[in-house]
Amino acid sequence: MEGNTKHNIGYGTYILVWIALLAFTSITVTIAGVNLGMFTLFIALLIAAVKSALVINIFMHIRFDEPIFKVFLALSGLTLLIIFSLTFLDYIYR
Amino acid sequence: MSNHGTEAALLHTHRDDTGAKMGMWLFLFTEVLLFGGMFLVYAVYRFKYPDQFHIAAMELNTAVGTLNTIILLTSSLTVALSIAAIQKGNRFLAMMMLSATLLFACMFMVNKFFEWSTKFSHGIYPGSKELLARPNGQILFFGLYYVMTGLHGLHVLIGMVILTFMLVFIKGKTINPDNYIKLENSGLYWHLVDLIWIFLFPLFYLIQ
Repeated sequence: MEGNTKHNIGYGTYILVWIALLAFTSITVTIAGVNLGMFTLFIALLIAAVKSALVINIFMHIRFDEPIFKVFLALSGLTLLIIFSLTFLDYIYR
Repeated sequence: MSNHGTEAALLHTHRDDTGAKMGMWLFLFTEVLLFGGMFLVYAVYRFKYPDQFHIAAMELNTAVGTLNTIILLTSSLTVALSIAAIQKGNRFLAMMMLSATLLFACMFMVNKFFEWSTKFSHGIYPGSKELLARPNGQILFFGLYYVMTGLHGLHVLIGMVILTFMLVFIKGKTINPDNYIKLENSGLYWHLVDLIWIFLFPLFYLIQ
């Protein structure tokens, strides 16, 4: 069992992350009730990004795994970003 | 079944847990591109029909969506706990947590079932007369809603099958404190299912 993970996360850490996720969920639901126009969408996506970061880093263990996994993640995120950007650049300026 | 004799040990398959994990992540990225593509379609059409999307979204039940979010987040917790348990050699707890994950998954699907059937009974489904009579933006919203939550639901079902196999493997000791990469990879898949929902939720249920 090499390289798997020398760092075993305890139950407590997982539970703390879960509580944080629930907190962010309640924040995002509450904010949705407040009318801030375009801003609401931005905040909702921002909170979703924070929740994702928690899930990816701790539940999915990226934070404690070999660096190559972070590289993988960065590359795929970049790909998605490029796809979205190019599509919108096209669509907006038609 | 694997051999345990000394000569056979030399023929034993080479184990590469990091490689296995890499393989799983690569697969997850293909899933991200799959759903990413659909999110892209959503983004463009929401940009084009912001008001229609808003009107259509009001017909979705935010409370059920929130409940489902909480259910999936908790199921991610339990699957992570089951891995922690097997690492600590607590087979019983690992199986309990895995069972809890499966239970939450069931609850999610039951909610989905009621959500969808309510919509159907109101005449809102892809291709329905009632839906097609509405403005373009609303038709698109519901089309995206059904396809994306439907595909997501399918992934939940597949995840349930996978996790059930893991339960069997733990029971049969195929998965044990010295070899639990299968469980970790299944956990990764499950977290992805949760991640996709983390984005689906605000985009469909929180456009108020």
